Amino acid sequence: MSLLAEMNQKALGLGIPISVHLDVTYRCNERCVHCYLDHDDHGEMTTAEIKDILNQLSDAGVFFLTLSGGEVLMRRDFFEIVEHARRLLFNVKLKTNGVMIREAEARRIRELGVEQVQISVYSHRPEIHDAITKLPGSLKRTIEAIRFLKSQGLKVVIANVLMTDNFFDNTGVMALANELEVSYTLDPTITPKMDGDTSVLALRIPGSDLKQVFRSDELVGNVEEFCAPPPAPDDDIMDGLPCSAGHTACYISPYGDVFPCVQFPLPSGNLRRQKFSDIWQNSSQLKDVRSIRARDLPTCSTCAHVGTCTRCPGLAYMEGNMRGASSADCEKSFQRTGIPSANMLSKARVVGPLIQIQAAV
Amino acid sequence: MIAEKYIARSSAIAARLIGGEMMIMSAVDSTFFTLNEVATVIWQAADGRTPLADIVANRICPEFEIDAEQAGRDAEQFVSELSQHGILLVSETPIMPEAR
Repeated sequence: MSLLAEMNQKALGLGIPISVHLDVTYRCNERCVHCYLDHDDHGEMTTAEIKDILNQLSDAGVFFLTLSGGEVLMRRDFFEIVEHARRLLFNVKLKTNGVMIREAEARRIRELGVEQVQISVYSHRPEIHDAITKLPGSLKRTIEAIRFLKSQGLKVVIANVLMTDNFFDNTGVMALANELEVSYTLDPTITPKMDGDTSVLALRIPGSDLKQVFRSDELVGNVEEFCAPPPAPDDDIMDGLPCSAGHTACYISPYGDVFPCVQFPLPSGNLRRQKFSDIWQNSSQLKDVRSIRARDLPTCSTCAHVGTCTRCPGLAYMEGNMRGASSADCEKSFQRTGIPSANMLSKARVVGPLIQIQAAV
Repeated sequence: MIAEKYIARSSAIAARLIGGEMMIMSAVDSTFFTLNEVATVIWQAADGRTPLADIVANRICPEFEIDAEQAGRDAEQFVSELSQHGILLVSETPIMPEAR
């Protein structure tokens, strides 16, 4: 076990939220077609409120702090927030589109000791990338930002969200990442909007295309291993936790709302009314999330994929039941291995006709 | 006997105390360290003003009931390892905050 995995295990045992994702704003200079956020400002937290929350997170033992948005640099006090976070010795990661990062901003980010900057790139072709962000010239600005950050010696990761509009460009984005000497990650997950609107799900790539992604050794490493049939579930698997959401990690919105994860919009408290430690220790919603084990999942506990599925409890929650299946992950498990999930099989049974009548010949 | 030596924590790190152990990550190369209880006390006392010998004599030996000579050698080795990764600064004179 790596040192980091050991510390995660220790944090889990002690009930410490070792990772927090804080969105400092939902405002953005891009209007990405797949975005799950509402970009209007409904009263985001002040500088003083955010600094106070950072103090509370530090006291609670948070080590990894991801600052994201919206676009983080839309906040005029952004560097003041990062400076405060670094004074409290958080390991800070930024998620940005990079459009507002020039040489001076890149230098400031390096001086503040930010560990990593993740930048969204949808295509290596401006006509595709800019059509997704709806901001003309955005790819050019984003690539320039990556160069500025690299020239400061910063660790940069290109995040490539895959959808119907850019499906054929992932190899181009990967080549761009190689040329810029930065890391590359690909994510085929499109999530419903925070308000429950599922219209953006039409952008999800179809299963047959997903299968193609999972057969690429450049993207998944050892294809044979990645696509292997799941092992038979044992007690360790059935007693396992779904993910770190609510256990060692949580998400905070620009309005101070606390959720188990950025992808799990179960309201669990608000930092304008309660202290972070009070929410983390006493929220009935977080306690409910923490109580779930694989064996408690009505459908998934009977599924062949229970031990290897990337089932997201947040996506399941958005489908109506956090103990239910997450269809997007069922599809991934199926496309990966060719074995349908228990959820897919149960739906197939329901979809069939209840009565079949054959007319007498 | 420990030579006069001052130690200070670098500002280019992330750190947090988790269950009595200090977790540290270098912001420069992302190297990850965990310090045991003894090393954590040295780390927390590394203010750039207190000589290492005083930290060992006044904090380590009484708190952990360790032989002074052994504690001195261990502390020297610990400081040497962390300074090689740039997360602890070492000097023969006190280290000012602006130098970190």
